Amino acid sequence: MARTAVLGRLSWQLGEVEELVQETPRVASLYLNVPDWPGHLAGQHVDVRLTAEDGYQAERSYSIASPPEDRWLALTVERLDDGEVSPYLVGELKVGDKLELRGPIGGYFVWRAGDERPLLLIGGGSGVVPLMAMLRHRAKATHKAPARLLYSSRMFADVIYREELDRLASAADGLAVFHTLTRDKPAGWSGYTRRLDQRMVEEVAWPKQQMPAVFICGPTSFVEAAASLLVAMAYDPATIKTERFGATGG
Amino acid sequence: MRDLIEEMKLDGNAIGGLLREIFTVEMTAAQTTCAGCGAVNAVGRVDVYLHAPGTVVRCPECESVLMRIVHGSGRYWVDLSGTRLLEFAEA
Repeated sequence: MARTAVLGRLSWQLGEVEELVQETPRVASLYLNVPDWPGHLAGQHVDVRLTAEDGYQAERSYSIASPPEDRWLALTVERLDDGEVSPYLVGELKVGDKLELRGPIGGYFVWRAGDERPLLLIGGGSGVVPLMAMLRHRAKATHKAPARLLYSSRMFADVIYREELDRLASAADGLAVFHTLTRDKPAGWSGYTRRLDQRMVEEVAWPKQQMPAVFICGPTSFVEAAASLLVAMAYDPATIKTERFGATGG
Repeated sequence: MRDLIEEMKLDGNAIGGLLREIFTVEMTAAQTTCAGCGAVNAVGRVDVYLHAPGTVVRCPECESVLMRIVHGSGRYWVDLSGTRLLEFAEA
């Protein structure tokens, strides 16, 4: 499966929406049944294409949220109000609708559970989605590398997968989850309440001598800030894998 | 303006689908060598601008253009003059 996931010509396929889960007020997960799905790796994405009645097409990339082990394909999408594609996916799409997509895509920002290095994940906003695929994949693996997730959200209500992350962390299998909120400080909150900074990253990240596998995903400015903080800890930039999403008008 | 352009900067992961149309194999893990400064980077790590006419790929070290790709009217135009070497796994 892992091999077929990176080979061959890509063709557009139809996936049928089996279930929609509202994760936060602006974010929904789409569970799709894609016949003949070749399988995927944690961290990969798909291209989604919408075609209007007049033939106009708009195409966007969305990270896969589901682990390779699941029978369905889950995408988690943030609604950007001025976007061309996301307002349809989050708000108009219904169970039973069909969606045109191609994938899986990507061989750089991927993680396999057989990788025994400590796993350091840093996500900003919906940048947590491909990292969640990695944590779900890890949760199903027999051997689990130690893992830490540092996840930055604006407000408490914006935290995607909050309950599932609590559950995964409470399994006490070597995963620790660290949240930070940049614009909110709810009563009883035990996480961080500021933007990423050197002290926070040094508290969360392993020393570089432990040679963790590092994946950072989020808005461009977030990713560059997080990567710089790790480089300041003497991490080799070449070992830091990043995925940026800019203001693409999703 | 500079900030806006910076925030629109994506990376090579965003053109994984486009590159696979052209090369037919997974390309985000390919290694690209910049003809300008010689820096070697994974395609997933280089800078990508989708808002230009076509796709512009730049070196994250020196900002030289590595690739320009235009797709339209059933054809592709691929300018690789800024890429000295592209190394990728066979299918």
